[in-house]
Amino acid sequence: MKKTHNKVTSLFEPSILGPAIIGSFQKLDPRHQIKNPVMFVVLVGSVLTTGLYFQALVGHGETGAGFILAISLWLWFTIVFANFAESMAEGRGKAQAESLRKARKDTPAKKMSKPVYGSNYETVSATTLRKGDVVFVEHGDYIPMDGEVVEGVASVDESAITGESAPVIRESGGDRSAVTGGTRVLSDWLVVRISANPGETFLDHMIAMVEGARRQKTPNEIALSILLVVFTIIFLLVVVTLLPFSIFSVAAAGKGTVITVTALVALLVCLIPTTIGGLLPAIGIAGMDRMIQANVIATSGRAVEAAGDVDVLLLDKTGTITLGNRQAVAFIPTKGVSVETLADAAQLSSLSDETPEGRSIVVLAKEKYGIRERQTKELEAKFIPFTAQTRMSGVDLAGNRQIRKGSVDAIEGYVRKAGGLFPDDLKSSIETISKSGGTPLVVAEDKNVLGVIQLKDIVKGGIKERFAELRRMGIKTIMITGDNPLTAAAIAAEAGMDDFLAQATPETKLKLIRDMQTGGRLVAMTGDGTNDAPALAQADVAVAMNTGTQAAKEAGNMVDLDSNPTKLIEVVKIGKQLLITRGSLTTFSIANDVSKYFAIIPAAFVGTYPALGALNIMHLATPQSAILSAVIFNALIIIFLIPLSLFGVPYRPMAATRLLRDNLLIYGVGGIITPFIGIKLIDMILVALHLV
Amino acid sequence: MSLNDFIQAAFFIVVVLLTVKPFGAYMARIYEGSPAGLNVWFAPVERLFYRLCGVKPEEGMSWKTYAFAMILFNILGALVVYGFQRFQASLPLNPMAMPAVSPDSSFNTAISFASNTNWQGYGGESTMSYLTQMVALVVQNFVSAATGMAILIALTRGFVQKQMNTIGNFWVDMVRTVLYILLPLSIIFAVLFVSQGIPQTFSKSAAATYLQTEKDSNGKPVTEQDIALGPVASQISIKQLGSNGGGFYNVNSAHPFENPTPLSNFLEMLAIFLIPIGLCYTFGYMVKDRRQGWAILAAMLIIFLPCLWFGIQIEQQGNPLLTKIGVDQGATAFQPGGNMEGKEARFGIANSAIWAVTTTAIANGSVNCMHDSFMPLSGMIPMWLIQIGEVDFGGVGCGLYGMIGFIIVAVFIAGLMIGRTPEYLGKKIEVFEMKMASLVAVIPHMFILLPTAIAVLTVAGKAGISNPGPHGFSEILYAFSSAAGNNGSAFGGISANTVFYNVATAISMFFGRYWLAIPMLAIAGSLSAKKIIPTTQGTLPTHTPLFVFFLVMVVLVIGALVFFPALALGPIVEHLMMRNI
Repeated sequence: MKKTHNKVTSLFEPSILGPAIIGSFQKLDPRHQIKNPVMFVVLVGSVLTTGLYFQALVGHGETGAGFILAISLWLWFTIVFANFAESMAEGRGKAQAESLRKARKDTPAKKMSKPVYGSNYETVSATTLRKGDVVFVEHGDYIPMDGEVVEGVASVDESAITGESAPVIRESGGDRSAVTGGTRVLSDWLVVRISANPGETFLDHMIAMVEGARRQKTPNEIALSILLVVFTIIFLLVVVTLLPFSIFSVAAAGKGTVITVTALVALLVCLIPTTIGGLLPAIGIAGMDRMIQANVIATSGRAVEAAGDVDVLLLDKTGTITLGNRQAVAFIPTKGVSVETLADAAQLSSLSDETPEGRSIVVLAKEKYGIRERQTKELEAKFIPFTAQTRMSGVDLAGNRQIRKGSVDAIEGYVRKAGGLFPDDLKSSIETISKSGGTPLVVAEDKNVLGVIQLKDIVKGGIKERFAELRRMGIKTIMITGDNPLTAAAIAAEAGMDDFLAQATPETKLKLIRDMQTGGRLVAMTGDGTNDAPALAQADVAVAMNTGTQAAKEAGNMVDLDSNPTKLIEVVKIGKQLLITRGSLTTFSIANDVSKYFAIIPAAFVGTYPALGALNIMHLATPQSAILSAVIFNALIIIFLIPLSLFGVPYRPMAATRLLRDNLLIYGVGGIITPFIGIKLIDMILVALHLV
Repeated sequence: MSLNDFIQAAFFIVVVLLTVKPFGAYMARIYEGSPAGLNVWFAPVERLFYRLCGVKPEEGMSWKTYAFAMILFNILGALVVYGFQRFQASLPLNPMAMPAVSPDSSFNTAISFASNTNWQGYGGESTMSYLTQMVALVVQNFVSAATGMAILIALTRGFVQKQMNTIGNFWVDMVRTVLYILLPLSIIFAVLFVSQGIPQTFSKSAAATYLQTEKDSNGKPVTEQDIALGPVASQISIKQLGSNGGGFYNVNSAHPFENPTPLSNFLEMLAIFLIPIGLCYTFGYMVKDRRQGWAILAAMLIIFLPCLWFGIQIEQQGNPLLTKIGVDQGATAFQPGGNMEGKEARFGIANSAIWAVTTTAIANGSVNCMHDSFMPLSGMIPMWLIQIGEVDFGGVGCGLYGMIGFIIVAVFIAGLMIGRTPEYLGKKIEVFEMKMASLVAVIPHMFILLPTAIAVLTVAGKAGISNPGPHGFSEILYAFSSAAGNNGSAFGGISANTVFYNVATAISMFFGRYWLAIPMLAIAGSLSAKKIIPTTQGTLPTHTPLFVFFLVMVVLVIGALVFFPALALGPIVEHLMMRNI
């Protein structure tokens, strides 16, 4: 399988790097910076120090022009580095948007006068189509717009959207009727009713999301921004009041000079959370990007974030938890019948049964009892297919042998009609099978019941481990199934799920979600059918399968292009990772401030109070090198953290307390220690290069 | 720290901790309205109040109504205090014929007592009539303390209730606080204080004849001294209990009539602690998870105990300048040793330092020694405890709700770090809560730093300083920290009864109180309307040692980061210079 979106773009991809560098200068525009208050303060500081530099050049400087220039340049670098991070994240998204945009060609469309196959059509441009128009597409045509198949069946290549090269079947009615603009019909024909106006199609939506054009700040991002603004205001207060304090101190001590505006600006920029402030947009865009790499398109950043909070996961049994079909696992004969006889009869009845259940019976008979596969033709047998009326299938053999297999009720009726009896001993076997989550399939020859075949849902390999992982993340899993409660309980237990909803209907699903939400829980679910739509609309995180109906896709807030229901687990992880990255970098940013004080405060006031030199615990060479080193560290750390903000802080499922402890150790304690080392190193380099 | 110091400090802390559970549970039952003795016996009195005032006790208020009632009540209180001071000359119970207090001082005192700060720019026994002290000031001591506690209880309801629009009834919370908690305790402590010799009388000052004639500043002979008396014990009990701190006498609890014996000193310190520390348990009790209360208490102790140890330690070491010239500052059988400047001999080092740390950690502000005379670093401890926002215990009610503001910031960052939208006690912390918590974080800092900056630049501000250099800077910084933190203690040394300081500190006190109280009530309202999220494996537990440690770090880092530069130019440099001489 080829997945075009799944390749992880290298950090140093030249096609992204080049425009990103240009972008980081274009973003110096104050109108752009004002959106990010922390960086806007840095911009104002940069402009201010640049002004001071020119003032110093003409001879009225508050301190040496070279020093002011150095501070000023590094402040500009701080903004450029932050812009670069954002441009990189956007660039990676844009690269993906570009490949999508190729799919959005202005294709000719065959607009039909009547929504019936064979009616007349005129060729128009796809951009002129409106919702409700009907078009005809046949092999080789591109589907002009999103729509619903009203007639026909065709194989469609959707690789432009999903990256999946295998064609999919689209047909009218049922759950496979939605088609997407930009995909190509490979065989046959379709009559499609357009369901979106130009600019509103799924593809348009995807491009906008990927490019980040329609990216709005999520609630959590807003709350964090508020916190960062608060820190900025507090430190602004600290720095602004430091000037009067310095004036007073100089007057009181009778020596030294008042702290320079350059030093104050340097201190301010070092203290305000520029690291997280500068990387915040990049983290958000990169989070969305990771979703896309997982082949999930989220319709809003809010949904991505909510995914991290999910505490209940509703999963359909069939296809998600179990393999799509049941399989035969045992033959249980009734009294007086040998197991071989039963296996033989079961095999005969299933030879022409092409359903997966039927195949599995033949396989079991061969593997366990060595019964060779035979050809129905050789046996002169007549296959009786399953119908909804008889609810059994079987075979009529030469010599008037009639073998039937089917549900308990159907076979009981069948043998009674033929004058036989349903053996009592089999009833207990049937009950045991039901209780264990299996399905009993009774086999009879003429009026004699031979025994029962145990069919069982096969739980997908590895799924139990995934649910255990979810449990460690604090997420409860609930299985949704149409089965009876007995069967459901057994399968849920086998798959290691916390709970189940048996005999589910759209109404009971909706009710379950509502009840959970009333209890304060955040519910995630996947679905593909139109009957899932109400539940999808109600769920907080709703992942619709791309193979699903238009109704399901519209009701959900994410679309999984791979149509893999267990993708929810990835979605949850990405959501969490997004928050963790923000939180960790915030902690890191604030923790950094401790060392910057020890660099700048003694440097700024040692002239006034020489005793404050004792606070210079890093033994930085000169006051100027101390301030400069702190500013340089502050700018460079942004560059060093770009990879982390793009790829996210690694997340492994574990209990909350352990996760907090680990992240606090790395980003909190590490955030205190790292700059002490970094600033000292930069100071040593500056001294070695005779720059100060 | 000598063994004697250690035993005194440890004994005090142990006694305080023993009161937490029984008293905290009692307060919780009072607020929940479940039977707790007094509220059964005096229920008719409570009901009578409601009937007289037309209050419908069962009627809940939205947070806005609650806040409006609170503000209205406090403004009226301030007006009453202002009026009594301005007109005391023509009012009864003024045996010493005190004239009207100046307008700016009256304004300052009115705000000061309404906001539970009890910053005193005036000298009580030489300025206020008995009526002003008893009716204006003491009443505010009760109701300003009750206001803080009511707001805390309203906030607590925000965590307990789900999908409700109300946060309780302000009038009911006030009546219950005064009637069942503050009044009974005040009566008990007043009686205990009288037993130690604190005066409780309406008679005017006693006159004592000097054995030797003195001369006043004009050279006229003086033969008599006035010994100020008054209804002291009743005022002192609520002053200590309600984290008010406004003393009857100018020198507060250093005065031999306000705090005569070591036992009275012990009781007064106990009274400071009783309610703020008990409320931690009350909170845990009411949110039905007592571990949460203990966790908050633990976080507070983790900050408080090292400060206590450090304060005693530095003071006991004495003054390095005196050590250098060969003065013996060791503790012996004949002297307490250490830095005894500005301390009462009957309290010594340990009880002065414990008091200083306690009265500033808890926004009480009463003093039994001169903080101005502390060593630079031990003087920094009280100042810094105020500057971290009066949340480490803090004033009654307001300290804990301030701490909850910090908890909201802490769970927000911690929540992000574990990948979940932050929640505390099952309530989601979202944009609105962060906005309000942000105000709580910014306001106190703003009203400490900005007025200090103005004061050090203006003539009027610098005029109040009595010591040159970094120490003078510390005096101003302390004054505004005390005002904005609603502490009310003074470093001393600063002449604060001037128009500039009366107005500037009043502004700091006002915003430091109400600009925190209203956002906290807004948070209460917003939380009350939310659902309660069930706890899962993914929920961040907030009672674990890890979270307690993290909370302590958040308080310390924010406190330290904001005030490090200012402290570096005040006490820290003073200490370094003293060491280098």
